[in-house]
Amino acid sequence: MTASHSSSENPVSALELKDLRKSFGKTEIIRGINLAVPTGERVGIIGPNGAGKSTLFNLISGRFEPTSGEVLLNGQRIDGKKPFEINRMGLSRSFQITNIFPKLSVFENLRCGVLWSLGYKYTFFKFLADLDDANDLADELMEMIKLDKKRNILAINLTYAEQRALEIGITIAGGANVILLDEPTAGMSRSETSRFIKLIKDVTVGKTLLTVEHDMGVVFGLADKIAVVVYGEVIAYDTPEKVRADQRVQEAYLGSPVADQQVGSH
Amino acid sequence: MSKSHYEFAPINVGRWLVWGIFALVLALVPLVFNSGLSITILSQMGIAIIACLSYNILLGQGGMLSFGHAVYTGLGSFVAIHALNSVTGGSLPIPMAAVPFIGGLAGMAFAVLFGYVTTRKSGTTFAMITLGLGELVFAMALMVPEFFGGEGGVSGNRMVKNGFLGITFGPPIHVYYLIALYTFVSVAAMFAFTRTPLGRMLNAVRDNPERVEFVGYNTQRVRYMAFIIAGFFAGISGGLGALNFEIVTFEVVGAARSGGYLLFTFLGGATFFFGPIIGAVMMVLAFVLFSEFTSAWLLYLGLIFLFTVMYAPGGVASLIMMNLQVAAFGRLRDVWVSYVALAITGLVGLLGAAAMIEMVYHLQLNATLGSELKFLGIPLDAASLNSWFGSAFVLLTGLGLFEVVRRQFLREWGEIQEYIEKETKRREAL
Amino acid sequence: MEFFIISMLNGLSYGLLLFMLSSGLTLIFSMMGVLNFAHASFYMLGAYVGYSIARFTGFWPALVLAPIVVGGLGALFERLCLRKVHKFGHVPELLITFGLSYVIVELVQLIWGRTALDFKPPELLRGPAFTLINHSLEGLSFHFGAVPATMCSAADAAIRVVCSPFPATRGFMMLVALVMLGAVWLLLTRTRIGLVIQAALTHPAIVEALGHNVPRVFMLVFGAGSALAGLAGVIGGSTFLTEPAMAATVGSVIFVVIVVGGMGSLSGAFVASILIGVIQTFAVAFDYSLATLAQQLGLQLGDAARNNTLVKLTLAQVAPILPYLFLVLILIFRPKGLLGKRED
Repeated sequence: MTASHSSSENPVSALELKDLRKSFGKTEIIRGINLAVPTGERVGIIGPNGAGKSTLFNLISGRFEPTSGEVLLNGQRIDGKKPFEINRMGLSRSFQITNIFPKLSVFENLRCGVLWSLGYKYTFFKFLADLDDANDLADELMEMIKLDKKRNILAINLTYAEQRALEIGITIAGGANVILLDEPTAGMSRSETSRFIKLIKDVTVGKTLLTVEHDMGVVFGLADKIAVVVYGEVIAYDTPEKVRADQRVQEAYLGSPVADQQVGSH
Repeated sequence: MSKSHYEFAPINVGRWLVWGIFALVLALVPLVFNSGLSITILSQMGIAIIACLSYNILLGQGGMLSFGHAVYTGLGSFVAIHALNSVTGGSLPIPMAAVPFIGGLAGMAFAVLFGYVTTRKSGTTFAMITLGLGELVFAMALMVPEFFGGEGGVSGNRMVKNGFLGITFGPPIHVYYLIALYTFVSVAAMFAFTRTPLGRMLNAVRDNPERVEFVGYNTQRVRYMAFIIAGFFAGISGGLGALNFEIVTFEVVGAARSGGYLLFTFLGGATFFFGPIIGAVMMVLAFVLFSEFTSAWLLYLGLIFLFTVMYAPGGVASLIMMNLQVAAFGRLRDVWVSYVALAITGLVGLLGAAAMIEMVYHLQLNATLGSELKFLGIPLDAASLNSWFGSAFVLLTGLGLFEVVRRQFLREWGEIQEYIEKETKRREAL
Repeated sequence: MEFFIISMLNGLSYGLLLFMLSSGLTLIFSMMGVLNFAHASFYMLGAYVGYSIARFTGFWPALVLAPIVVGGLGALFERLCLRKVHKFGHVPELLITFGLSYVIVELVQLIWGRTALDFKPPELLRGPAFTLINHSLEGLSFHFGAVPATMCSAADAAIRVVCSPFPATRGFMMLVALVMLGAVWLLLTRTRIGLVIQAALTHPAIVEALGHNVPRVFMLVFGAGSALAGLAGVIGGSTFLTEPAMAATVGSVIFVVIVVGGMGSLSGAFVASILIGVIQTFAVAFDYSLATLAQQLGLQLGDAARNNTLVKLTLAQVAPILPYLFLVLILIFRPKGLLGKRED
């Protein structure tokens, strides 16, 4: 494939990045990324530490403003927009360091996630207890992420894995169609990870998914395509098998291309 | 399981009961404490309750520390007193009882105006902006005498000639019942606010403003709207104050008053809905009664505040709730002995310190009266070393014993907390 | 012309005093994330302690000792009280320094009384540092120190002579401020402890992991910041007034300075201090109002307009609120502050 990894099947990709660049002071962290993710695809984003993966997420979700380049969500430009604007347009993200509402209960956390998408906005004339659709949706989400037994526990009192599950729950609560997950299984044990992967698969059916991960097993099991980010550029964007065999990828991870294809067996 | 998002009562029956009792208390308390002074104090408490609760919309619910809340109560007062004069003069055809509502509208209007600039930032910067705006309004109060009445302020007369059902608002008891009515409705409204989407998202903004953006909410807009709602109730409080005192001077927008709201709301407890109510009651008692006891009362207040921030940041309300929780688990009897011991030793130490402080104040302010004074009935001589050594001895003894009891108490408390945790987990598993 | 020079110097000296205070505040804020509400109270404490020490030892020893005492008190407060509150977050930290400011004001009134104290500057600084004489015939001339009264008036009524003295206290204030700033800059950039401080400014955890005692560094910085405030207090108290209200008057202005300059920015605090200092000093001297402006322009105002309070307000009357107006303007047009880089 050529340097510009655009897909020519779907006219409007779910997420498209055009020559995206970001500098902090004089240092250019993201150095011209072109990527087009078709709707419904699951993309795993991998790369060595410091390659710019989290920065990329921050650029897409509006936490940072790009220095130049475009980000398009379903064909509409979202670069330069505020996070809440981007979220309302259908993109949601989770965080590497758990970012929940510590002093609210599990149920309340999820309910906060659904309020805007159900149109409740800034009302102060309705009681939360009467909002049946919000309450039912929050209950559904709780069951999906398997935290229904912990309904009224304060989020700060959950175990780490439970908090990560809640994090995912809040991320999908708004019904966004493009989901960005930043190292969702960070810090989890083997068994927790595999359970979590199943959870992610179940709750993101039909959605476009981008996941940053370090655990190769997770990525290769979860993703349809893999994007390899090295030094702020995407050097490969293809199916897992092709990426595994790609010489440039091997160089980036191992320092030199491997003669035969016995790398990354799992 | 402790609840720290506002759940006043988990059961419906309980809720009706609590609000019913609240209404009854408001209605009947002036019959129990029926002296002139008591009625004044009760009226001021009602006004303070609304002010502190409105302040806590910002502080406790929204995590916004404001040093300039008096701007909104004060400007509400000024607009209300002008409205009152217009009502008396006949140019404003509304009932006198609606004047505080006008104050509320004024508070809301100024919150719309100033809040736009104020809520653009959060955290420490927000606090500094409220401070600067407060100073600005305070300084302007003396520059525009038409509206602010200059040094003498603006006065009015709340008496209505042909009152509805004979209510003329002449006697203080009439004003008290109007205040009680406004207090009940305001408290209920502010409580209801905590159960609405905006109220809950305000809590979310307090806990994690970044996450809020990522669930689709504009954090700044949430803060701005909460600011306006707080301004509305602040204005109502100011309007009631104008009606009650019949005079409004420039101090009502001053930093001292803003500081007072902050201090007492925090002391009462910003993390529970009813905390500011306790704080408001304490505020009125402190200003009206405590200040009569000793001229050092501001110093004591400052020290109490410091201790509260360090050791009980949830205020009186959190202390009550923690102990209710311990009682619910049946362990209160284990600590009450320690509480009594803490109280006694603390009191001893406090008396020693207070004696010394009073002696210094006596030397400062009443030097002409000689160096002798009576401290709680005990004659002291501020010039004699005996008195000083005696007080220091009492202070050190009290502090020493307090420290001993405190360590014991902490051990007991820690053990109880562990027990509660284990019990909670056990009950969850059932 | 001489009016402009003197006023400019007065404004600069006031601005430098503001910077002495706001720089300590900014350092503490940048380092510890704590906005020290009691900073202006340490300023006041410096003045009072300096006054008391000066009664025994004279002014010059007090200039050295008072800041040390205040710095020690500041470090003590950090160790005993502020440290306990770190874990609760930034709002409780601000609250505890707020409480401290209350307590300090009350203690000061308790110990020294509620009336203003007569804190005189030392003999050396009592007169003018220099005097500018504007002689309508001879032009502008510069004289060190004071000039005899005879040189300030002319026998001939047609000749106008104006003497403008520049107080030595003000000059001394500028000198101390510049020396202090230079010393702090050198300390931060050229010494080892300065490097540690700079590192701890942004990465306290890593600095601690490298073996430096970060809590002790915090205590030192807080103590040093308070000492600087105390030093400013000795100078400010002897130049201006020493009274219980002095903390409040300058306190809110320095908070405005750091918001206008941009929170956490030393250079921003410098620019904002000088700007506000100069503008306020000039404004106080102008007795012009919108009404007089209209008069100058030859506009005729109607009776209602002419009697309107806002129109009649002179610039001198408005001077005290200029910093706050500035604050509002900056927040509307440039919320980050003039040179702000750190998002709160």
